[in-house]
Amino acid sequence: MSLPSYTPLHYRIWHYTYLTICGLVFFFLIAPLFVILPLSFNAEQYIHFSAGMIALDPDAFSLRWYEDMIWGTKNPWGLAAKNSIIIAFFATIGSTILGTVAALGLSSRHMPHKAAFMAVLISPMIVPLIISGTAIFFFMAKVGLASTFTGIILAHIILGTPFVVITVTATLTGFDHSVTRAAASLGSNPVNTFMKVTLPLILPGVISGALFAFVTSFDEVVVVMFLAGLENTTIPIQMWVGLREQLSPTILAVATCLIIMSTLILVTAELLRRRSERLRGINQ
Amino acid sequence: MSTEQILSSDGIPLEISLKKAERKNKIKAMLLVAPLFLFILITYLMPIGEMLFRSVDDRMITKMLPKTFIAIEKWDGKDLPEEPVYAALYEDLSYLKKTKTYGKIIARLNYEKGGFSSLIKKTVRKLNKFEEGNYKEQFIQVHKKWGQSEYLVALKNTAPNWSYAKYLKGVDLKLDQDRNIIQQDEDRRIYKTLWLRTIKVAFFVTIFCFMLSYPIAHLLATLPMKYSNLLMICVLLPFWTSLLVRTSSWMVLLQQQGPINDFIVMLGLTANDARPELMYNVVGTFVAMTQILLPFMVLPLYSVMKTISPSLMRAGKSLGGTPFVAFRKIYFPLTVPGIGAGSLLVFILAIGYYITPALVGGASGSLISNTIAYHMKSSLDWAFASALGAMLLAGVLVIYWLYNKLVGIDNIKLG
Repeated sequence: MSLPSYTPLHYRIWHYTYLTICGLVFFFLIAPLFVILPLSFNAEQYIHFSAGMIALDPDAFSLRWYEDMIWGTKNPWGLAAKNSIIIAFFATIGSTILGTVAALGLSSRHMPHKAAFMAVLISPMIVPLIISGTAIFFFMAKVGLASTFTGIILAHIILGTPFVVITVTATLTGFDHSVTRAAASLGSNPVNTFMKVTLPLILPGVISGALFAFVTSFDEVVVVMFLAGLENTTIPIQMWVGLREQLSPTILAVATCLIIMSTLILVTAELLRRRSERLRGINQ
Repeated sequence: MSTEQILSSDGIPLEISLKKAERKNKIKAMLLVAPLFLFILITYLMPIGEMLFRSVDDRMITKMLPKTFIAIEKWDGKDLPEEPVYAALYEDLSYLKKTKTYGKIIARLNYEKGGFSSLIKKTVRKLNKFEEGNYKEQFIQVHKKWGQSEYLVALKNTAPNWSYAKYLKGVDLKLDQDRNIIQQDEDRRIYKTLWLRTIKVAFFVTIFCFMLSYPIAHLLATLPMKYSNLLMICVLLPFWTSLLVRTSSWMVLLQQQGPINDFIVMLGLTANDARPELMYNVVGTFVAMTQILLPFMVLPLYSVMKTISPSLMRAGKSLGGTPFVAFRKIYFPLTVPGIGAGSLLVFILAIGYYITPALVGGASGSLISNTIAYHMKSSLDWAFASALGAMLLAGVLVIYWLYNKLVGIDNIKLG
């Protein structure tokens, strides 16, 4: 944003102040994430920048906390990672199927009371997690699913579906229904039409909804805290426990891995969003 | 008027045929929504209902002392009750002693009136020395409190099956002996402060988010695509990153030996041994929550600003307005829907925040969610946790309703 040469001085000053403010806000948003990276390679046990690190002395850096994360005898990260992945995998599948099917119904122009149904189906995203956690805990305890994987997966399906419903309904707005009618007129049954025509077209929305559901489950701690026993601990639970006790470099190593994971997910989600916009003809 | 009906190919009047098709489509759409709806209903909405039920449910004591409550019903609460009440109490307590379940009623009665704990414990211990007949005298002999009608009034007061006492407790009120609503004792008034703090934090976090988001959303919306896409990553990366990771980065930054404190010392604002406490208080909660919730404000603002044509501002300026006037009279009013959407979303999320205040807030920075968690997990007063939850839920639902009215729930934008 370069200014034309005739801009008066005080606008010039204002313009650069504005850019500086923006720069500071972007810094505020992104910098905290990058503090973790160098500290996770700290050779010492403390969570601050040692003199060696500031001088970029190679001896001040090490991979010991990553080794500790993977091979550390007392560390539950392996078990936690396995549990997190299992839970997030099944929760994602569940939320994606239930959410996509419901979004198809909600996007139909024949659906009565659309807004009311939508409001109910989105509610798990809006209601504070502590309330969701309390309510789901009462339910799971009653049906005997507390501290089981099934219970946690069901809870995460509840929390994940709103995201799928939102993203898939968004993809379905502006969906050209004549293509499904064309398929039907050519003798395709509804299931076949869905698999061969509708699904490929809404796939970007479905996948980005699935990503949201996955991240929601993978990052969820409040509800799991109510439901999980010792054997179904997850990464967020371990981080929560660790952070409550003491900030350790191993936690920062785990956090770094999670940041790398979220970067990958962000890139995928962005690519999908652009592809979806291209498919739907919303081009800039 | 023509009465001739248009028939479809199979001889049914077209109108009926169309209606039938319409109904079929309607049922089809509803069948698609049904699985998720039922799932949410059974595993989520009904449990929330159960939570509300728990918050007012007070049947336990009536169930555990059934005969006593039948006998005491007719008592007017003035002079000491007659023999049958004591006889019934003896029977009920004997049964509880036999099944070893009297612990539950102690907590409940002691909550109603202090002193019940020792009274019940002592009575139960001496129960096997009781002889048949003349129970009233024997009760008073065991403990003189059985001869004071205020204890029996307190017992009678627990009779109703439903109680809103937990809700009163949630706003620092309570019921006195004669069922009047009075203020909680001075040293026990903590919940009003907590509610006010929660609302205050949510409100200011919303304001801070708004002030920080507005300029960057504007920049993102006006920059050429290739630059703004790059900057958008700065907004989206935190959005996709684990909440615990972001909270732990704030713990690193705000700790006493952390980079921010180093910076303050370097600037000479404070001595090295007098580093300010930035974490475990309300400052930490404010800073961390603002950064964490910022993307939820930027995204709705951005999507509104994106639709405002730059020619509007140019038109304003060409008509003689200074850029400031053009901004205030043209641009700002057009962004109000985005401000509304973002603010309501941030406020809703902030008011129920749990993880971040619990980790960086300490005692003075913890919010209502933290107290609910405490009563669910530590004090095990589930009824009280449910009552606080119900109050929080009511607040959130009001804002949710407002959001739906103003923004429309299907306009929530994700990423």
